Amino acid sequence: MLRWLHKVLALSVVIPLMALVISGSVLSVMPALDRAGAISPPADGISMAELAARTASALPGVEQIKRLSSGKVVAFHAGTDGPVATVVDPSSGEPVSTYAPSAFERWMTNLHRSFFLGDGGRMAAGAAALALLVLTLSGLQMTARRMGGWTRLLDRSRGGTMERLHADLGRLATPGLIVSTFTALVLSLTTFGVIPDGPSQAPAFPATAPNGPALPLAGIDALRGIDLSQLRKLTFPNPADPTDVFQLSTADGEGYVDPSSGELLAWQDHTLGRQIYEVIYMMHTGRGLWWVGVLLGLTALGVPVLGVSGTALWWRRRRTRAPIAANAPARTADTVILVGSEGGSTWGFARTLHAALTSNGHKVHTIAMDRVARSYSAVQRMLLLTATHGDGTAPASAGAFLERLDGNGAPSPVPFAVLGFGDRQFPQFCQFARDVDAALTRRGWTSLLPLETIDRQSPQEFARWGKSLSAVLGEDLALAHVPERPRTQALTLIERIDYGTEVQAPTCVLRFALPHSSAFARLAGRGWPQFSAGDLLAVVPPGDTLPRSYSLASSTHDGFVEICVRKHPGGLCSGQLHGLRPGDRIEAFVKPNPSFHPAAGRKPIILIGAGTGIGPLAGFIRANRGRRPVHLYFGGRDPESDFLYRREIQGWLDDRRLTSLATVFSRVSGGGYVQDRLRADAERLRTLVGAGAQVLVCGGREMAAGVKETLGELLVPAGLTPGLLKDEGRYLEDVY
Amino acid sequence: MRMKTLLAGLALTTALTVPELAMARPVTLTTTLKNYGGNGAYLALYVTDASGAYKGTLWVAGPKSKYHSHLSSWQRASGGNVAGINGITGASVGAGRTLKVTVDLADALFDAGYKLHIDVAAEDMRDSPSEVVVPLTAAGAGRPVAGRSYIQTFSYGM
Repeated sequence: MLRWLHKVLALSVVIPLMALVISGSVLSVMPALDRAGAISPPADGISMAELAARTASALPGVEQIKRLSSGKVVAFHAGTDGPVATVVDPSSGEPVSTYAPSAFERWMTNLHRSFFLGDGGRMAAGAAALALLVLTLSGLQMTARRMGGWTRLLDRSRGGTMERLHADLGRLATPGLIVSTFTALVLSLTTFGVIPDGPSQAPAFPATAPNGPALPLAGIDALRGIDLSQLRKLTFPNPADPTDVFQLSTADGEGYVDPSSGELLAWQDHTLGRQIYEVIYMMHTGRGLWWVGVLLGLTALGVPVLGVSGTALWWRRRRTRAPIAANAPARTADTVILVGSEGGSTWGFARTLHAALTSNGHKVHTIAMDRVARSYSAVQRMLLLTATHGDGTAPASAGAFLERLDGNGAPSPVPFAVLGFGDRQFPQFCQFARDVDAALTRRGWTSLLPLETIDRQSPQEFARWGKSLSAVLGEDLALAHVPERPRTQALTLIERIDYGTEVQAPTCVLRFALPHSSAFARLAGRGWPQFSAGDLLAVVPPGDTLPRSYSLASSTHDGFVEICVRKHPGGLCSGQLHGLRPGDRIEAFVKPNPSFHPAAGRKPIILIGAGTGIGPLAGFIRANRGRRPVHLYFGGRDPESDFLYRREIQGWLDDRRLTSLATVFSRVSGGGYVQDRLRADAERLRTLVGAGAQVLVCGGREMAAGVKETLGELLVPAGLTPGLLKDEGRYLEDVY
Repeated sequence: MRMKTLLAGLALTTALTVPELAMARPVTLTTTLKNYGGNGAYLALYVTDASGAYKGTLWVAGPKSKYHSHLSSWQRASGGNVAGINGITGASVGAGRTLKVTVDLADALFDAGYKLHIDVAAEDMRDSPSEVVVPLTAAGAGRPVAGRSYIQTFSYGM
């Protein structure tokens, strides 16, 4: 609901909102510019009587003196060709320059508050401000939910680059946007008289006319007691009208001054309502508080970025979610399917289940686990299909699910069944599914079916689970899942380098040409995407539907696609890849892997890898054109045989893309594993981590576990653990 | 802009002093503003008698009453008692534009010391109370006068 509101509102007001925030940002710097042009008044102050006298002698016939919110003092007087406004020096009253309000600023102001459309436009602008306020608050609420509650609102954000950008910028802009939009709403409502602005209520014009000749200006007592800093406006009596008096308006109130007696004739303090209105006006425009204006203007500039990133997220989500045909609305659904998916394959199974249940007459609502609502009015059962990411953690679309269960956004209990998807080769097989099942059971949810698991996307196992579900539902449910073959492109091998044959670890670095995509294909989203080292290349072997993923060792910028493949005995895909000759082709596609990329910045990076795990690490080093400090730890079997990237690494050391290299080999005398090398470098690693270094580990499971344990031991004196670093995003693993 | 209004309040007050009440004629008031480089101006056109006492309002350009305090001579003269301006209020007048209104004025108002005043105010600019003050005379009809700040020319024609 919240997300729906956020999305619909954002998409419908995006254009007027852009006009508002951009014009608002431009206007926000005006008070600062005006202030820069103002002449400062004398340090010990100057009384209004003094200033009026000096101005009147410098500019005979002065009619009015105004102090603008920028601090400029402007005198209005008769010139040779009609009335003139002149900026005067507040100390001497001498003219400084002609005062001409900026036509550009007026144009911008009219765009900002009414789109040049009069009252209708003012209403539209007010409505857009309300929309932005609702967007800000709903966005904040969604962020809190995603982070796992309001208390964690300021934690480090998670997810892909675009999601983090949207969440981080949104949180940064929230205070300013609340101030801007709230004050805008108040101003808009006062314009239309919905709420009172405490109108400036001048006291009644004095009944007693001045008696006698006017005093010299410097001798008017009522003006002598008022400092320039208090002034808003002083209007001189009309010389042609002997009954006229001074009209004085200050920060505190307004009244009349008798030019012949020099006394205050009537006075009225500003009402509280007026004072509140003036503060709100100042907070919105920055007039009189220039730095607030600049801050709000900067905040407003975040809105276009939020608009673009939000639209991109919506588009991406739409593209991945769209294939759920006939998704029933949440409020009518009797069955809710929640999907935890990393790369999208679990969605395929969810679609099959969705279609089968729908054809049996159920109303089925399928969404990502992270998007689960607090309650569904007609729900009878919830089916959770989830993959597991990396080392037993939540997949991309379920990152906040377990935290949601603990927080105030927890869904209400309904009968449920969890189906886990994974690969039995991993020790943490379906761990996240197990965690979800246990968490729901702990919270007293009724289990429809015991937890089941599907190994390597087996359609047979899925059909078997469908039978169990049929039994529980008391109806015939046929789950015939045909895995969808992702859209692949042909890659042509241009080079291969072989290593490790002598040490029974045949490994090759395969370099493919970057496929050429037509401009149309790129526009239609079918081209070869942008990728960087650490993303995954999914290779679909001929005669099979299941893609195998390899970490990319290159980025788009390098102009080629490179992976590092170890040949496994009996491995179908690795065997085929090892059989490739230059000119041969494979079918493949790119899978983004945002959770394994170095963080931006200049902080040092520690790369730890063994065997083919060096692939993405080599890609990171190759991409390090900014020469930030990068330290590589590499473990192999024998430097003469499987020292992958040996030649390139030497080159990177020479051109300082790589700061230091530490290698260790297991099959040479006095050799060891990469953990041993880390232990030997304990002091140095502690220093680097203390300086904010990020650690990226890539390799086999055992090696990654060993590295984690070793680092855990050697970071004890620093009071740190890999777990703590992980929470800060400073310990990333890519394990296979 | 062309408007036809019966000046009810003014007719009533003059009825007390002037027997030729029934003799009224349409008078066109034409006000052309200078290009003063600001947003649309608020104007009040009103009449005072020979002693300077307020007699009635002919036209108010600018609908939002919260800004009427900027038309200060008019507000002061009328004592803020301008409740009857409902039918004689129109849009504000843009810089360089012309306001043309036609009102029925009693013959007795001419050549009897009555004066027509115009107050002008524009946003973020100086208020100009009594920008124009012209005696209502038969001879003055059709003769343009300039204002102090905002009004290029003003004339009334019978």
